[in-house]
Amino acid sequence: MNREELESLALGERERASRFSCRFLCCAGTPCLSAGGAAVRKALEKAVEGKNGNSSVEVMGTGCVGPCSRGPLVTVVTPGEEEHTYEKVTPQAVPEIVEAHLEKGVEAASVPSTVSRDSSFFTKQQKIVLETSERIDPERLESYVAQGGYSALARALEDMTPEEVCEELVTSGLRGRGGAGYPTGIKWKQVRGAQGERKFVVANGDEGDPGAYMDRTLMESDPHRILEGMAIAAYAVGAEQGFVYVRGEYPLAAERLGKAIRAAERQGLLGDDILGSSFSFRIRIRMGAGAFVCGEETALMASIMGRRGQPVPRPPYPAQRGLWNAPTLINNVETFGSVPPVISRGGDWYSRWGTDKSKGTKIFALAGKVCQTGLIEVPMGITLREIVFDIGGGIPGGGAFKAAQTGGPSGGCIPASHLDTPMDYESLQELGSIIGSGGLIVMDESSCMVDVARFFMEFCMDESCGKCTPCRSGTVQMVRLLEKIKGGRASAHDLEKLEELCELLKATSLCGLGQTAPNPVLSTIRHFRHEYEAHIEDRHCPAGVCSMPH
Amino acid sequence: MAEVTLTIDNEKVSAREGQNLLQVIREQGIDLPTLCHLDGLSERGGCRLCVVEVEGSSRLAASCVTAVREDMRVTTASDRLLRYRRMLVELLFAERNHVCSVCVMNGNCELQSLATRFGVDHLRYEPLYPRLPTDASHEKYTIDHNRCVLCARCVRVCDEVEGVHTLDIMGRGVSSRIINDLNQPWRASRTCTACGKCVQVCPTGALYIKETLSAHVEKRPDLPRRIVDARKKRVWNS
Amino acid sequence: MSSTPSGKIRLATVWLSGCSGCHMSFLDLDEQLLELNEHIQLVHGPLVDRKDFPPEVDVVLVEGAVNNEEQKEMAGILREQSRIVVALGDCAVTGNVPAMRNGLPVKNLLESVYPVEGGHEPPGLSSGSEVPRLLPAALPLHAVVPVDVFLPGCPPHARTIGSALKALLKGERVVLEQGMCRFG
Ligand SMILES: Cc1cc2nc3c(=O)[nH]c(=O)nc-3n(C[C@H](O)[C@H](O)[C@H](O)COP(=O)(O)O)c2cc1C
Ligand code: SF4
Ligand code: SF4
Ligand code: SF4
Repeated sequence: MNREELESLALGERERASRFSCRFLCCAGTPCLSAGGAAVRKALEKAVEGKNGNSSVEVMGTGCVGPCSRGPLVTVVTPGEEEHTYEKVTPQAVPEIVEAHLEKGVEAASVPSTVSRDSSFFTKQQKIVLETSERIDPERLESYVAQGGYSALARALEDMTPEEVCEELVTSGLRGRGGAGYPTGIKWKQVRGAQGERKFVVANGDEGDPGAYMDRTLMESDPHRILEGMAIAAYAVGAEQGFVYVRGEYPLAAERLGKAIRAAERQGLLGDDILGSSFSFRIRIRMGAGAFVCGEETALMASIMGRRGQPVPRPPYPAQRGLWNAPTLINNVETFGSVPPVISRGGDWYSRWGTDKSKGTKIFALAGKVCQTGLIEVPMGITLREIVFDIGGGIPGGGAFKAAQTGGPSGGCIPASHLDTPMDYESLQELGSIIGSGGLIVMDESSCMVDVARFFMEFCMDESCGKCTPCRSGTVQMVRLLEKIKGGRASAHDLEKLEELCELLKATSLCGLGQTAPNPVLSTIRHFRHEYEAHIEDRHCPAGVCSMPH
Repeated sequence: MAEVTLTIDNEKVSAREGQNLLQVIREQGIDLPTLCHLDGLSERGGCRLCVVEVEGSSRLAASCVTAVREDMRVTTASDRLLRYRRMLVELLFAERNHVCSVCVMNGNCELQSLATRFGVDHLRYEPLYPRLPTDASHEKYTIDHNRCVLCARCVRVCDEVEGVHTLDIMGRGVSSRIINDLNQPWRASRTCTACGKCVQVCPTGALYIKETLSAHVEKRPDLPRRIVDARKKRVWNS
Repeated sequence: MSSTPSGKIRLATVWLSGCSGCHMSFLDLDEQLLELNEHIQLVHGPLVDRKDFPPEVDVVLVEGAVNNEEQKEMAGILREQSRIVVALGDCAVTGNVPAMRNGLPVKNLLESVYPVEGGHEPPGLSSGSEVPRLLPAALPLHAVVPVDVFLPGCPPHARTIGSALKALLKGERVVLEQGMCRFG
């Protein structure tokens, strides 16, 4: 396929879609499916059978819509009419919805309620990476192409040199979305400049932070976007082979990526001589096996090579010596997902969003004690207050906001006094937290911060690979100390011991897991020291979570 | 090879490019403590005892896996470093059942002597007292997991020097454990050549030759270096 | 440091779960014992015929891990009634050999030591029997009460004990000689 053929494929698909008098878009992301989305879709397909001559009605699965806790979500698109997105749809409600839209008129649908697109949940978001998610059938290449898919790759291959692609990324100010926020363009340039007969591109989809599902959603909703981003990267750095490393617990993501790879290869969008150019690039999927640490880039590479998934000291960085000692570009899947818009609309355009040093948009998985949980994409620099109260609709039951945890087990909490902090890499770091990969857990007064710290520390203990002493053995001791505090059995001396261990792990651990494991403890101590002291001195848990001796 | 000049504990020192910091520090006669490092084996960077301060970097550097750089300023023994090293040794003791008094390596154990060196007179951390097996099925050798510090010297010597890779590590975190082949009893190993190299490099009483009396065990941790040199330079100094 | 009318230091020794090796090592001070005797009044311990732990002890040397309820109570008393508590030897310092049973179910352990007729529970399993109840784990002394001085070793060398006592007599901090701070 060449560029013209790509364009005509897009045109054809758009025409096909416009021929329908009514389209039922069923969110086919994991949250909606686990709420019963598959049965709803079946019921829809059955209900439209024979209606309106059938051919002019379409039922299709799509990527994620966003308000995940309200699924199954069904959006009805009728040309010339307002769209309706129904929430918590059951198979029983389906006939009524279908009847309303195909026969009686919209007002007739009374059973399921609709999601208002004018609510600040939607209006406060800025969707760039997720822009087309809810319009795309993740299982059909044409559907992605119709939304402009692979045109960025075509543009890069035909109109740009690899250096120009790297430069565009630098201009965009895009930083890695996997946690550390390393400037993507600079990383690409390093890999481009590294000496090596062959090079690799790896997409990190190991996403392991508790409560986070940005990357899963992206892989499930818009798999071609990631493949396209990887192909552009491969062209820019000079690689011919790529891997997507998918977390073992994400079978649906792997399945859709697999389908997408095969479809792209069939159409000449991956494989040899892509889009009629001389550029070749293949992608394979590698599944994780349940180790959080395999998200760490050196452990991930070991796992891809069939070795024990354990980190190795850096340098050498993957960009210098990665897979099979060849220069390797590793980016997070969301980073790759941000690449096509940067190339098609330009780095300058992308850098219009965000703050001085943190450009563009970031996807967050909003969870916890907030009225509207779900997957959101916001411009960098938005305040936490806007996320929690405008997008999230505040705390349920009129409760008070206490803190938000960002960055999962490597991050920290942001207390109410800092609700107006802009969400960007630097501001959060100053507060002792990190943007991280995008997990955002909101807590109200019913959360005990010592308990929160223990939860994350236990997670790190369970996930420590065991290679280095401080992390392997220190995390166990820290969990014990936190349990002692929670149980009202600790002394001020134990708190000192805990802080000293935090210092040790930060300074001496081999990889990021151990180095950042103390962050939740340190940040809860920093912002909620009085809670620790209440447990220790007064044998009292202010939130009433920990059971204390009488 | 190009020379680089760096400063170690306020002394100007020259080194060859490509050397790691640990080598250079030891060449200065500084006895930097290590546990997982062993001359002749690949570096693991796991025990973290050899961490040093490098000026301009907030994180400490494990000297065994840090290459020397021109103008590097290195401190090997600040109060903070000594405190950390002591904590690491205490953590290792707390992690398994190191009952020195009844261990075959009592008096010759590297972990025990590190504790003595750092003045560890008690453990500030709760001992975990894990229940761990001892595999005495092999005709000549025993592995007692209670004494293992997971330095993986045995794994590396078996793989890199003996070339059979009988040993590896299973599990993760604090439940990591040395295994033979696919976690079979040692005797059942089809790959083990019974060369005994793993025993000779083990810093503690985790690996030992059967029927050796306590305090009479002497190991040969210099073995890998000598074998590797012998193979490379074709000289054998016994 | 002096507290008795005679100006002597009131020294006690306590034998918890240990093999008495630490006490033997203390006796290995040999002729130094005579010298110490000038400054010390031995008020309690296996070497003294006195059942209860006396009040106002200046220094107590504690051998052995804390293994059962009685010993736990004893640890509390000796802490309460002594100014300086010394953990003497590896059992008191780390749990050592007695702690090798930790992690084994207490019931199985007792049943293999005290064979009992079917259905009966072995002595030491619960409080109230003539055998003190065994704790779920043998503990180092400092896991039960605060400890001021640690003398590791199995047993600690007589010289270690001697120099520690001398320092304490002078009211100085105990600093173990290079190489004397050693497990095992
Ligand atoms: C313990 C640990 C777990 C990690 N897990 C992930 C992960 O699940 N996904 C990810 O993209 N990056 C993860 N990272 C970060 C990666 O090492 C790496 O920095 C990242 O994939 C680079 O991509 P980026 O520059 O696009 O962010 C993890 C790092 C550590 C230390
Ligand atoms: S910090 Fe933890 S996860 Fe990382 S290498 Fe060390 S033990 Fe493994
Ligand atoms: S005896 Fe030799 S071959 Fe066998 S496990 Fe040890 S090092 Fe490997
Ligand atoms: S058995 Fe010995 S050499 Fe092997 S990891 Fe354990 S302590 Fe190290």
